[in-house]
Amino acid sequence: MSETRRGRLKIYLGYAAGVGKTYRALEDAQLLHQQGVDIVIGYFEPHGRQDTIAKTEGLESIPRRTLAYGGSQFQEMDTAAILRRQPAVALVDEFAHTNVPGCERVKRWEDVNALLEAGIDVITTMNVQHLESLNDQVWHVTGVRVRETVPDWVVDEADEVVFVDLTPGALRNRLERGVVYGTEKARRAMENFFVETNLTALREMAMRHTAHEVEEKLAAAPAAAPAPVAGESSPPGTQPAGRKERILICLTGSPSSAMLIRRGKRVADYLQADCLAIHVARNGEGRQDVERHMSFARNLRIDAHILQGEDIPRAIVEFAHGERVTQIFMGRSTPPPWWNPFQETVVQQVVRHALDVQITIVAERRRPA
Amino acid sequence: MASEASPALVYPGNVPDVTDHRPSPEELLRRVQADERRERRGRLKVFLGYASRVGKSYRMFDEGRRRKQRGQDVVVGAVQGAITPDVQEILSCLEMVPTLLEKHGGADYRVIDMAALFRRHPGVCVIDGLAHFNPPGSRNPERWQDVEELLDHGISVITAVNVQHIREKQDEVERIAGKRPSDSVPQAFLLEAEEIEVVDAPPDALIDRTDGVAPDSRRLAELRELALLLAADVVDRQLQEYLESHGIAARWGAQERVLVCLTPRSNARDMLHSGLRNKLRFHGALLVAYVEQHALSAEDRGNLDAHLAMARDMEAEIHCLQGDDFVDAILDFAREQRITQLFLGHSSRPRVLRLGRNPIERLIDAAEDFDIRLFPHPEAK
Repeated sequence: MSETRRGRLKIYLGYAAGVGKTYRALEDAQLLHQQGVDIVIGYFEPHGRQDTIAKTEGLESIPRRTLAYGGSQFQEMDTAAILRRQPAVALVDEFAHTNVPGCERVKRWEDVNALLEAGIDVITTMNVQHLESLNDQVWHVTGVRVRETVPDWVVDEADEVVFVDLTPGALRNRLERGVVYGTEKARRAMENFFVETNLTALREMAMRHTAHEVEEKLAAAPAAAPAPVAGESSPPGTQPAGRKERILICLTGSPSSAMLIRRGKRVADYLQADCLAIHVARNGEGRQDVERHMSFARNLRIDAHILQGEDIPRAIVEFAHGERVTQIFMGRSTPPPWWNPFQETVVQQVVRHALDVQITIVAERRRPA
Repeated sequence: MASEASPALVYPGNVPDVTDHRPSPEELLRRVQADERRERRGRLKVFLGYASRVGKSYRMFDEGRRRKQRGQDVVVGAVQGAITPDVQEILSCLEMVPTLLEKHGGADYRVIDMAALFRRHPGVCVIDGLAHFNPPGSRNPERWQDVEELLDHGISVITAVNVQHIREKQDEVERIAGKRPSDSVPQAFLLEAEEIEVVDAPPDALIDRTDGVAPDSRRLAELRELALLLAADVVDRQLQEYLESHGIAARWGAQERVLVCLTPRSNARDMLHSGLRNKLRFHGALLVAYVEQHALSAEDRGNLDAHLAMARDMEAEIHCLQGDDFVDAILDFAREQRITQLFLGHSSRPRVLRLGRNPIERLIDAAEDFDIRLFPHPEAK
């Protein structure tokens, strides 16, 4: 296969439907089209919004493909047709979309990746709540568990992330005027997800995340030799000179391990630390749940292992020492049984054995009633 | 360096060094008065950018046009700089109250025609160049003060400013860009705005649009980050005010907030350094709490004071907690302050025969909305 230049990816990041992400992406597309760039619309979700639809005028669209699933017809992006057409740039709306079963790829971001690999530049759109690392926080703030997520590394690899802002007040006005959704749908949206506090919190997350992306790109730039941060130079113990932080996430088969993985990875990303995960398996434990967590962790690019061992705390501590781990992430242990209230939990034993390592106990976040 | 990264939620004169965390009667009175004032006042909307040509002026005037189309009484009180054709097109459909040209000391100044605006008394006034100086002897030394006056007279204002012009950010701007603009606007002015909107664009797009002189993309990226974080801080503050005024207790905001719990014998140095690193990396807040104990030995008192001095150097928010029970005091405080990470030192007590659970175990059991990070005891290494 000949060496193809990888396409460049630009993401318009918003915090809710209706802030104007697609509009901004189409403005780019129109500008490029005027400059004579070979640009096509690969996928566009009009949502019946007139100003947005008007912005597609004069642009070539690749027709969607129709798939039948469960007795209904679904329209999806025709990735193969875009690849055959081989434009210089493709506009692809809704980066976090999950394809209907029967498509070659599960997620739209995987389709976009195929376009990038073929050397096609892509302009796309997504909301901050679709970021995997923010899933628990978004749920905690809004009560909504977002199902369509994008791993953070996919967004980190984008060449450009641009924040699309609109104040929550203006967004709610647009909803009331029926610009974003039809009126009945708008009324329900206002009462649920679009309450002022939710919107404001999501907006703040989007601002902070865009700032984080800008900072990551600065750090990765060739000329980057940022001055050491004051007070960070040589704190004894926490970060001996030249020693990178290494975070170890201890997984179990419990559903709460998903939250632990997201939290540990998020902290590792922000601290620019290595991230590892282990599960210590005793024979006959719920392997399926663990395997699911393992593949989830690997999808987030965490170095994940299953160890065999009877003494779980000892295995964790030995692995941590062997791998020069600086911080261990654990969930809260189940309390000791009533007949033996003084029995030590796994957390207590790890704390006792790993006296030279920082240990973070991640609480299961709950929604206030 | 540390002094440049001030905690996001501390504003000068608002948070003393050691804080009692209930609002004082004066603070409550201030809020009531602010509410009353707000009702009579015009509404302020600010577009925040990080460089010229990101499209602030376009967005600002476009907002004026949209509002006029929706039936509001909109005039333009000041334009600045070179007018691009797309902005010119918008201006042609808006009523203008032109600025006055004043000469002073050989320099030309453009001054808002306040008298004309008061006579015209529009519903909304669009003002560009918010950070401008007025010449000596003017009604107000700076343009943002003119805007304050318009607001006080019940005229709503739409305006635009770059992060370079925010007074409290200018040390950082100077570090990034090597120079600081002479004119500026206090951050408190932004905090009073009902609405702030970020105009974000990638630096590359700006470079493409310039003729010949390419600005340094790295410098632009740093300014861009600064503008985004400033906006996030303003939004965070608005959110907290909204929650407080509606009596909603929110346990978890959008910002990382680290609380370091100090005891006289804790490994304070590691905890504080790590806390500072987390604060800087997450652009979050660093808080330090200790529970007042009366029967401290001279040595313990000395240690605690040294730790607090270190925390003060890091510009942490320091809080002294009262309470009979260490665990309850910390838990209440952590919930109230929307803490996301609580830093504790390992207990050094050997667990030979334990009656009941030690404080750390009780904290772990009770922590529901935040992580607990345990730090090795210094002797452990």
